[in-house]
Amino acid sequence: MKRSPTFLYSMLAFGFAFLYIPIFVMMLYSFNDSRLVTVWGGFTTRWYTALLENEQILEAALLSLEIAVTSATLATVLGTLAGLAMNRMGQFRGRTVFSGMIAAPLVMPEVITGLSLLLLFISLQELTGWPASRGANTVTIAHTTFAMAYVAVVVQSRLASMDQSLEEAAMDLGGRPFNVTWDITLPLIIPAMASGWLLAFTLSLDDLVIASFTSGAGASTLPMVIFSKVKLGVTPEVNALATLVIAIVSLGVLIAGWNILKKQRSAHG
Amino acid sequence: MTDTDKNNEPISQSCQGTPWKDETQTPFIKIIEVSKRFEDATAVDNVSLDIYRGELFTILGGSGCGKSTLLRMLAGFEPPTSGRIFIDDVDITDMPPYERPINMMFQSYAVFPHMSVAQNIAYGLKKEKLAKAEIKERVEEMLELVQLTDFAKRKPDQLSGGQRQRVALARALAKRPKVLLLDEPLAALDKKLREQTQFELMNLQDRLGTTFVVVTHDQEEAMTLATRIAVMKEGSFIQTGTPGEVYEFPCNHYVADFFGNINVFDATVIGNGEGTVEVELDTSGTRIIAPHHEAISEGSRIQIGVRPEKLLISTEAPTGEQYTITRGVVEDLAYYGNRCVYRVRSHTGRIIQVSAQNYQRSAELLLEWDDEVYLSWDTQCSVVLSE
Repeated sequence: MKRSPTFLYSMLAFGFAFLYIPIFVMMLYSFNDSRLVTVWGGFTTRWYTALLENEQILEAALLSLEIAVTSATLATVLGTLAGLAMNRMGQFRGRTVFSGMIAAPLVMPEVITGLSLLLLFISLQELTGWPASRGANTVTIAHTTFAMAYVAVVVQSRLASMDQSLEEAAMDLGGRPFNVTWDITLPLIIPAMASGWLLAFTLSLDDLVIASFTSGAGASTLPMVIFSKVKLGVTPEVNALATLVIAIVSLGVLIAGWNILKKQRSAHG
Repeated sequence: MTDTDKNNEPISQSCQGTPWKDETQTPFIKIIEVSKRFEDATAVDNVSLDIYRGELFTILGGSGCGKSTLLRMLAGFEPPTSGRIFIDDVDITDMPPYERPINMMFQSYAVFPHMSVAQNIAYGLKKEKLAKAEIKERVEEMLELVQLTDFAKRKPDQLSGGQRQRVALARALAKRPKVLLLDEPLAALDKKLREQTQFELMNLQDRLGTTFVVVTHDQEEAMTLATRIAVMKEGSFIQTGTPGEVYEFPCNHYVADFFGNINVFDATVIGNGEGTVEVELDTSGTRIIAPHHEAISEGSRIQIGVRPEKLLISTEAPTGEQYTITRGVVEDLAYYGNRCVYRVRSHTGRIIQVSAQNYQRSAELLLEWDDEVYLSWDTQCSVVLSE
């Protein structure tokens, strides 16, 4: 069967338009010199200046970044250990149950994860007095918990595709178990750990539901602030903020892509 | 090693003579009643084996026969369920792999992808905590040995399969192990490279004198490489001997069949002589006196095997007492240039395979389809097969 190229190209254009036109519209309106979001009132950058003077948003952004970096790092460490254990411990009793349980947070509705963690924190507080109040700490713990599952899955799939005899070869050549992990296994799963970290970071930065459940007064993450602002009506300030976020993300993707390209070139050069 | 001069050197095995026949020699590797049982299967079943210093010993068998498990037990990756393993009079049974004086070349080569060729070779030496200068020297020596000096800084993904194989070999040899284990060393190479590498391996082993233990499923590889071959089936050795012994004096049908083609005739023992048995072939009633070292009780059912290249094919009856002769018709033939393979239907109706060298230079076939022929073989070439 032969499809006409016109049809294919128009479908492609339609798909991309569907994805990107809303974003472009939003970016455009961040430069709109009008309080009304849907009416164009000329070009301005005043929303950006206003944004930079808005301490509530800046604080929230900083808090979000802090939580994202901490929880992504913790999740990468724990998730990697979980992935290693699942891959290396062979057929121990209840392995299937364990691997199912590790992957469960991936499919669990966020509302349920959030609610159950909230209940956990409350009962912990009643029993042990810790955490004294809910805030950045509890959000970090919550994010680590669910992001860990993603890291574990990524690391585990990398390990599964790795030639087991590489580690045996290292051991055969005189590497003790610790050497083998350090010299062979870790360097080979670092790309998986890096993508796991980025995934965890993004998930944490992005999360509204779990953060809303587990955070307390005075500790609002960026999504929480944006969401509460939007409830009062979309302001061009929020558009400006979103545009900045997109700019930063695009820059990150570009740098990563450029690095990969450079690596590939040097590998074939 | 790629230069042709070296390939043309006469091939002498570094293992001098036949130490396995010399009772004063002590074996270098002693495998004593080793078994390996997994939950639901026995992979290696009470195996004992002596391997002598400098041998290029081959363990041959089909997939699942337990040969790889045995090799992994030698390397230390699998603990035996029972039995002991000694190397150079040291019990290594409970030694972890990183302490054994043994290195292994893996079937997948297992070259570390994130290290350069030189780093791969240096890895084992670094773990041995040798001085930097010595490591450098040995790496260079190894690179030269496998002719990869110009590739020292390359990463494995920039190498061909044959080059990766040489990296794996150099890496395993760099530690100067007492024993080198090779798991299907040539299986991943294409045919031409395999033949070349085979000679390189033999030359290398000859020069270094290291004891090699090779595991393979390829009988041709085993025959060309080995000083001795152990044929393995279902977890035990069925025959151990030099390539010549296992080919010309197979102990049973399985071994005979494993090493090339063989024509097998069912027969009944009718008498025993001095180092011979007299049998009667079931189909033709022909009586043969075949060489055999032990007596078989009269009336026993046995098999007589004859290799296709031991059969003579001719249009006239050969003369001579020693020949067993039968007649037949050429049913099929295949021309290979250097030889012809004929499938002859004998007068009793069975197909006998004959392989004949083409001595004469002739574009015409010497024998054609449906030609009446005589088949004959020297009775000395009859192999008595048990089972």
